[in-house]
Amino acid sequence: MSKIEEKAVQMLGGDVKTVLGYEKGSKGTRPFFCHTTEDAAKLVYDENASTNLAAYLVKQEIKDEGKIGVCANTITLRAIAQLASENQIDMNSLALFTVLDEGKGDVKDFASVDDINAYLADKPLPDSEKYDNLDKKLEAMTSEERWTFWVNEFSRCIKCYACRAACPLCYCTRCITDVNRPQWINPWPSPMANMEWQVNRVMHMTGRCIGCGACQNACPVGIPIGYLSRKMLVDMSKEFGYIPGQAMKDGNSLSTFKPDDQENFIH
Amino acid sequence: MDNNNEFEPKIVAFVCNWCTYAGADLTGTSRIKYATNVKIVRFPCTGRIDFMLLLKAFAGGADGIIISGCHPNDCHYTSGNFHARRRWITFRHMLEILGVDVRRICFTWVSAAEGAKWADVVNDNVANIRKLGPYKEYTKVAQYFEKEAYNEQD
Amino acid sequence: MEKRYINKEGLSKWFSSILNAGKRVYAPVRYEKDEKVDFRQVLSLDEVADDYVQTTMSAKAAIFPRAEVLFKYKSEHKGEMTLEDFNPDNVPETVVWKMRPCDAAGFISLTDILNTGYEDLLYKTHLDKTTLVSFSCAKADDFCFCTSVQGGPGETRGSDIQLTMLPDGGAIAEIITEKGEALMKLSEDAFLLDNGEDKAKYLADVPVYFDIETLQGKLKDAFNSDIWKEQSERCLGCGACAYVCPTCACFSIEEDPHGTQGARLRCWDSCGFKMFTQHTSGHNPRAKQSQRWRQRILHKFSYMPDRVKDFGCTGCGRCSRACPADMNIREHLSSIVK
Repeated sequence: MSKIEEKAVQMLGGDVKTVLGYEKGSKGTRPFFCHTTEDAAKLVYDENASTNLAAYLVKQEIKDEGKIGVCANTITLRAIAQLASENQIDMNSLALFTVLDEGKGDVKDFASVDDINAYLADKPLPDSEKYDNLDKKLEAMTSEERWTFWVNEFSRCIKCYACRAACPLCYCTRCITDVNRPQWINPWPSPMANMEWQVNRVMHMTGRCIGCGACQNACPVGIPIGYLSRKMLVDMSKEFGYIPGQAMKDGNSLSTFKPDDQENFIH
Repeated sequence: MDNNNEFEPKIVAFVCNWCTYAGADLTGTSRIKYATNVKIVRFPCTGRIDFMLLLKAFAGGADGIIISGCHPNDCHYTSGNFHARRRWITFRHMLEILGVDVRRICFTWVSAAEGAKWADVVNDNVANIRKLGPYKEYTKVAQYFEKEAYNEQD
Repeated sequence: MEKRYINKEGLSKWFSSILNAGKRVYAPVRYEKDEKVDFRQVLSLDEVADDYVQTTMSAKAAIFPRAEVLFKYKSEHKGEMTLEDFNPDNVPETVVWKMRPCDAAGFISLTDILNTGYEDLLYKTHLDKTTLVSFSCAKADDFCFCTSVQGGPGETRGSDIQLTMLPDGGAIAEIITEKGEALMKLSEDAFLLDNGEDKAKYLADVPVYFDIETLQGKLKDAFNSDIWKEQSERCLGCGACAYVCPTCACFSIEEDPHGTQGARLRCWDSCGFKMFTQHTSGHNPRAKQSQRWRQRILHKFSYMPDRVKDFGCTGCGRCSRACPADMNIREHLSSIVK
């Protein structure tokens, strides 16, 4: 039995009804809700999964089911820490654990957000190599060329909102796109409406985004939205002096301020 | 006013009630003449200004935007402008990445006593936008349904 | 139905004649930076993508656009209003090039929904002005299951013309409908006599994964089954499946007002969204993901065949490929049948 299977069987024998982890799917791994000890053999650890399990933990339907065991990889842990700091997750309703050494080592439990932060302290953000080429390309462009690039990208968006659904930090029960008085985000897929949606999404993510890339993986047409969130995450962390991907106890970068925030464009 | 070219910039100003709006009032009562291209939208505080409104202004045909409020430490609601400043730093960076022309957006602090400054801000902006020209790149994309462009592309 | 042969030069000539006739041509195009292939307007045969199994999006946007203006209104003086209704003349003659047999079959289901009983003017206009040229499939992948839903890599149902590519760069051309014939006539001499090639030799092998009649039988009593919850647990409710699907037709009517003028639009919607069935009273009959997943399956495989005699699924596999949570509809259907 693998370590993860052992742990799941043990949990399911106790007060946990479900263990959320990954199983083998049609294209890599996929999220798996394990309800029985027989199914526990299907659980696998995946450090590089394309979905973030924390996205399920904010759904009311899942919360209503009671205590849930979660086999978390690094990105799931980051999301859980951030969600807990935003009071969206009750750590007592989770039986949270990871498997060290990218799944090859021992099981490690987490009882509190402090436990998670201590564990994550020396872990880097997920690799952003896939965005580096795009970054270089965009840096070399003029403002007009960048506009043309993004309008072209956004003309492909179909407003499926997979980016919103896949992101653990997008948890508003009534999303701004669902509000039609006033209509902040036009729901139809015109390039402008698509751009406005992404601007809104990325702005609402700034300072909260953990760089997991679930949004990028979810986009069916492959628009580089993960690049946008990631770039804002990193650039703004430098600007406002916070550690990217680390949950802040006293508020996010956009809900707080420093009296001496610096800028060079206000006259 | 220089009217050699026909283009008259359309500028929308998002201002806070207690400082900039009062300052603009003072410009008027002081009988200072200044450009008439600006439509002022009054907010209780700059902290209330949603960044989406700026995009809506451009989409609606504005060629330039002015955002103005109380100086730091002078906010009528104590910290609204601090939040706004953070938001603007973030948003402006986002706009730069996307290639939106941030030269067309002017952020300032204008207090209730700075009637002359408001006139300068407006005049400078109008001159600047006149040089930059109408913001065709933006309105073209915003008018997707005007030209039934969707019939031309997927 | 007429069978002809067209060689490589002939294909190129015919394609040019289609463009020269002023038709807007949609074909699969590969994006430079990643491997996704999707339908775009093309101006030459070189732009058309090669060596892929399936496009990400279906071709349905050619006939059922993502967002479409129903009418525009303007009120210049108080009490007066001018209405600019949908003008069928604005819709260009279109050819969808190199869609798959599953896409063509998808249009039949779409037409059942949007153009049967009540004829939707917008849909009908687009449909009448569009010629569908499908290419049979030489390749398939694990997500394809057309043969399980009464389709196949060489099915001609729904196509106006079907081409089967041959090793010499030419193709077997099957002219199936009058519209297809009219398109062929744009370059009739390019279409040579049938050279006796058998299409079946060039078709991909798509295994049958489940028996559709058994599925239908099982679904009749499945409304209250626990299986919906089991299957939908990992669904994120994102909506991608409905948007990439060639038969999904759910739409939303939206307003785009600008003061005294504006437009009313029809745009795509997805039954997977939580707010899809939200009532103004606050009640939501499909508040749980399991209810929405059940709706999707029953609609496509039970309600539609009962009402319009066609399935709401052509086995193209796009939903499974696009799904961020790997729902894999074929897997789910197979497990229902078992």
